Amino acid sequence: MTVRVLLPGVLADLAGGRRELDVEPGGATLADLLDTLAGQHPLLGRRIRDEAGQLRRFVNVYVDGDDVRYEQGLATAVHDGAQVHVLPSIAGG
Amino acid sequence: MTDLIAIGTRKGLWLARSDDDRRTWALDGPHLLAQEVAAVSIDTRRARPRVLAGIQYGHWGPTVMWSDDLGASWQETDHGAIRFPEDAGAALARVWQLRPDSAARPDVVWAGCEPHSLWRSEDGGATFELVRGLWDHPHRPTWEPGGGGAAIHTVLPDPATDRVVVAMSAGGVYVSEDGGARWEPRNRGIAAGFLPEEPEYGQCVHKVAVDAGNRDRMYAQNHGGVFRTDDGGRKWTSIAGGLPADFGFPIVSSPHTPGTAWVIPLVADMQRVPPDGRLRVHRTRDAGETWTASSSGLPDGSWTSVLRDAFCADEADPTGVYLGTRDGCVYASADEGETFTTVAEHLPDVLTVRAARLP
Repeated sequence: MTVRVLLPGVLADLAGGRRELDVEPGGATLADLLDTLAGQHPLLGRRIRDEAGQLRRFVNVYVDGDDVRYEQGLATAVHDGAQVHVLPSIAGG
Repeated sequence: MTDLIAIGTRKGLWLARSDDDRRTWALDGPHLLAQEVAAVSIDTRRARPRVLAGIQYGHWGPTVMWSDDLGASWQETDHGAIRFPEDAGAALARVWQLRPDSAARPDVVWAGCEPHSLWRSEDGGATFELVRGLWDHPHRPTWEPGGGGAAIHTVLPDPATDRVVVAMSAGGVYVSEDGGARWEPRNRGIAAGFLPEEPEYGQCVHKVAVDAGNRDRMYAQNHGGVFRTDDGGRKWTSIAGGLPADFGFPIVSSPHTPGTAWVIPLVADMQRVPPDGRLRVHRTRDAGETWTASSSGLPDGSWTSVLRDAFCADEADPTGVYLGTRDGCVYASADEGETFTTVAEHLPDVLTVRAARLP
């Protein structure tokens, strides 16, 4: 199974300069995908989730266009060919 | 001879250098642009001075970064310098304090963080370990967040003993005499105007500084009140009598001269601006019995404030005193707070200022 992860430009440096990554997750959930991604790119993993494994408050993740906070969160299923967007939310000052 | 000021702001870090014994300063930055830098330190114990910064990426979370080339390049630990162990059930929210230990413990660096936690590094700040003695303290679940957050914001390791003093909002002062294994609250005499009576702990102590000549003598700027202890924190008494107001955030002690300390009074809890809009540094030479205001080089019409870590002293002789304001100005004194010069204006809100003479 391969999932395409799309990153905002500010995180591309932490993924070898790429904004699109094809990742083979170790399982069928978003958590599995992010674990695999963090194993390959630890700094990128820390920008997306804290050390307790939770999505950072101002990071939004969409699986095939759906905000996972309105789905099953980190337990949201990912499938072969899924597109996962990581985006910063509207925040700051 | 070079002197360095590290200026952490809400949107990046600036460095100021002086090569003429702190008469003029050249500003360099921004470094770490768009990142909040709430904690900074200049570790001069190393062969190359290390600037440590506790940063918050905003959307992307907090971490510790460091530079061994005065800001030209920055490093961070892949998995995070500060990360709660799994069984703690917590996640780092902000780094509030980075404090190198003494020259005799050259790789030890302490960090105070939010949520209320103390950390110790033995590799110069690349990785830290949670100080379990304080994390497991039975009082911890009842410590409240201050207005800025639930943080240990002050860490004071004694260079000659195993004493470590911490202060937090709002938990008050805690002291360990054995390097961090066991802790006790030491707040008797410190007011808590937001509670019906003085508690054993829970005071909103804003900052603590240790006297140069006596480790048992400490000064505290409280959320209402300025206090001194002469017995290692077991009893505190007011030293605010000679000040125009007893509210404020920072307090700084001289690294060399016993009895000397500085504060920056604000009108009151409900009016956090300098009295009459005149930003002033008040200095005591007699451990708080009397205070003298310094105005030379400091502005009138300044309706801003100075946060708890945006005020510091260097270790040069005579002592330099430095402050940064929430409206982005930085002032430096090379004469122990008699006169000030402007180092920077129009920066983002200044959160932290540290200064050092580079070896």
